[in-house]
Amino acid sequence: MSENGEGGGRTRGHMGPIIITPSTTFFSLLILHLTQNPYNFLLFLVMEGGLVLLGGGANGGGSGGSSGFSTNESAMSEASSYLAETELELGLGLSIGGPTGKINKASGRILTAKDFPVPRRASMNGGTPPSVTVSGTKRAADQSVPHDGGSPTATSQVVGWPPIRSYRMNSLVNNNQAKAPRAEEEHKGINEEEEEEEDKAIKDGSKQKKPNENLGHIGFIKVNMDGIRIGRKVDLNAHSSYHSLASALENMFVRSAGAEKQQLTMPSKLLDGSSEFVLTYEDKEGDWMLVGDVPWMMFLTSVRRLRIMKTSEVNGLAPRFHERNRTQRSKLI
Amino acid sequence: MQKEMAYSFPDEVLKHVFSFIQSDKDRNAVSLVCKSWYEIERWCRRKVFIGNCYAVSPRMVIRRFPEVRSIELKGKPHFADFNLVPDGWGGYVLQWIAEMAGAYPWLGEIRLKRMVVTDESLELIAKSFKNFKVLVLFSCEGFSTDGLAAIAASCKNLRELDLRESEVDDLSGHWLAQFPETCTSLVSLNISCLGSDEVSFSALERLVDRCPNLRSLQLNRAVTLDKIANILRRAPQLVDFGTGNYAAELQPDVFSNLAGAFSSCKELKSLSGFWDVVPAYLPALYSICPRLTSLNLSYATIQSPDLIKLVSHCPRLQRLLFLIQVLDYVEDSGLEELASSCKDLQELRVFPSDPFGVEPNVSLTEQGLVAVSLGCPKLQSVLYFCRRMSNAALVTIAQNCPNLTRFRLCIIEPKTPDYLTLDPLDAGFGAIVEHCKDLRRLSLSGLLTDHVFEYIGTYGKKLEMLSVAFAGDSDLGLHHVLSGCESLRKLEIRDCPFGDKALLANAAKLETMRSLWMSSCAVSFGACKLLGQKMPKLNVEVIDETEPPDSRPESYPVDKLYIYKSVAGPRFDMPPFVWSMDEAVKILH
Repeated sequence: MSENGEGGGRTRGHMGPIIITPSTTFFSLLILHLTQNPYNFLLFLVMEGGLVLLGGGANGGGSGGSSGFSTNESAMSEASSYLAETELELGLGLSIGGPTGKINKASGRILTAKDFPVPRRASMNGGTPPSVTVSGTKRAADQSVPHDGGSPTATSQVVGWPPIRSYRMNSLVNNNQAKAPRAEEEHKGINEEEEEEEDKAIKDGSKQKKPNENLGHIGFIKVNMDGIRIGRKVDLNAHSSYHSLASALENMFVRSAGAEKQQLTMPSKLLDGSSEFVLTYEDKEGDWMLVGDVPWMMFLTSVRRLRIMKTSEVNGLAPRFHERNRTQRSKLI
Repeated sequence: MQKEMAYSFPDEVLKHVFSFIQSDKDRNAVSLVCKSWYEIERWCRRKVFIGNCYAVSPRMVIRRFPEVRSIELKGKPHFADFNLVPDGWGGYVLQWIAEMAGAYPWLGEIRLKRMVVTDESLELIAKSFKNFKVLVLFSCEGFSTDGLAAIAASCKNLRELDLRESEVDDLSGHWLAQFPETCTSLVSLNISCLGSDEVSFSALERLVDRCPNLRSLQLNRAVTLDKIANILRRAPQLVDFGTGNYAAELQPDVFSNLAGAFSSCKELKSLSGFWDVVPAYLPALYSICPRLTSLNLSYATIQSPDLIKLVSHCPRLQRLLFLIQVLDYVEDSGLEELASSCKDLQELRVFPSDPFGVEPNVSLTEQGLVAVSLGCPKLQSVLYFCRRMSNAALVTIAQNCPNLTRFRLCIIEPKTPDYLTLDPLDAGFGAIVEHCKDLRRLSLSGLLTDHVFEYIGTYGKKLEMLSVAFAGDSDLGLHHVLSGCESLRKLEIRDCPFGDKALLANAAKLETMRSLWMSSCAVSFGACKLLGQKMPKLNVEVIDETEPPDSRPESYPVDKLYIYKSVAGPRFDMPPFVWSMDEAVKILH
């Protein structure tokens, strides 16, 4: 398998379909782009070359690293000149952004690949032209992070990864009682425990619920908010406390309310009863309870779904709540 | 005048000829021959498949095909399966049902995938179509058992009710009792997704009793092992059976009853279900194992010795799904045994039993898959989760199984390199696309550079669907795929450093594809807008749940991007967090 890959017999003048447009403004923008940013080509190469060296040095521990190094270098510089050619040929007239293109998402974001430790080869990320905003740019400083599979915690916090459907995931999670990574011994212990409980449930001749139900239901559960037609789903795995759950829900429903924002009074604190809304949940037995009364782990084992209820709608939920019952009425949507 | 007559067939003859043409592709080709063939064909088209419900409007479909009897629709993008598509995104079927209710009184079959189906939609189906026969709701949501009750009650000749992998609000198990006593037409019933333990078992038994043509039955988890024998004895003609729970305290009479019931099912070829397996009951299956062609144990956490024993009784197995049971002192996952017992194996899916656990390196390795590739040359479809892989293994697999049409490999930790050399897995996946010339579907994982995309673009000429995550270095990667993969229809990408360049350069390519999904990549809002402006045949939708994309500079990357070709124009049922880049649609909500 030749590393110099045929590339479909590409030559300089034949780069495949490019954007077709008759617009003259477009072409003039194209020319503008080329004349304005010819340094991209050089910068890219320099950065590419520079990072190759850095990359090789920092990862002297990798056994496969140094032996393949010379091939890597030539392959990479070939790739870089290839990209440079491509850059000119692609002819994008879009003068978007500039060197300031950077990702700057809100810090509460769920982790994704951008936050992972940098693998050895990822030094190539830094080589992309500045006009393309790439998360890798911020990793240039992060070269020393070792790569030996990364940390398992990172995996469990990435949304939608590994790509297993939620009904299957919930079923697996039920079987394993997994929320956070745990020690091997504990892992084995839990499997044994689980079988014991299973047997016990059968021996008791208990009501035929799922034998694993007493191990808890964790995963994505539905959330509905009074006044909002569309329900949402929240991943309980991603939260370790009522506080983080509540703020995630606030973000989800308050933020996305859009035009409805004006009509809904912002539920600032869902948990302490100081807002128009209260957070309630339906437990295994089908009863609706106030969120926050039981320890978090116990909550996880019994919650089936959530509802953000209007304070005015609440009655007979939990005795404690009645005392705080508010006279203020929320606006109807 | 004479010349014309000599060259033209009466319409009836053409119609009759066309009736033998069933495949959509062929029918589409027929309709392009000439105007009169277009006209004749459209009047006699009975089945329509719409891979993206937003690509065309109900009205347009009805206008072109006035006599449809069967419709299949798909809604949400595939990544919705992994919770990447926020709830409320769309995919509502109600409007389709409403329009078809008026236009297709004889509609008999509705098959939906990843759509939002409400009770209202179900009730409308029940009311509107007198000849309704088939309802398949694959991975749908939004309805409850009330809607199902309406279907059961009204559809007198219902043949198929298949709710596989859907999310149903379980309000009551009594919907099953709504099937009238006169309903004897059921051929297929799949209620495996129902969670409630209130499935009215007696209603189910009576239903099974009076449907002599029932071939396929998938029970839900609430049905206990002791009840299986009852069901099977009532339906010995079953070809495809999904158990409920397969766990019970071992009792000899229950066991022999079960074994006897299974052995009376002479046609049984496919088994699934098996939640909570007690291994001692697996031998009850031995009598039917020799005939089994499909076995789905993907919910069963059974140890590999038990799995090996069971599988060794199934020499005719073509399709196997199971959970790989991880034990750190047992290297043999059972796959080697599988390779020697099941020479006919065509499809293999191996799921991790503990995707988030801290695993020792011994488990979930590439060896099992290599063994299967060696022993099962007919292998066509693979879905395999593991924790380590090597280029050498992938090359071996590629060489052993040149008939692969679907290859989905998920190395659980993103960006994991070849564990032997620490190289990227470019060469390995390159071997897959090079050797498997009929490869239609590919999912990548592990450490990958732009090179893998170069291979894919060069060799993946028949590739129709590609899933990419945490891979690539630059736009060059995306460019290779978009410019090289001639048959590409669906491309889904997450967490890759692909930006504007390749996308804009290959904008025309997007019009030949069904859809493109990109999330957590580096495509700027400005590029999205440009695409929306320049490409009227594409719907360019930006998804952002935190804030409107135009509240930030144009160079900022969008969170999620979904582009699909459409002749219906931008859709009007977008939730607040989806923005259309179509110029005609106001961006601000």
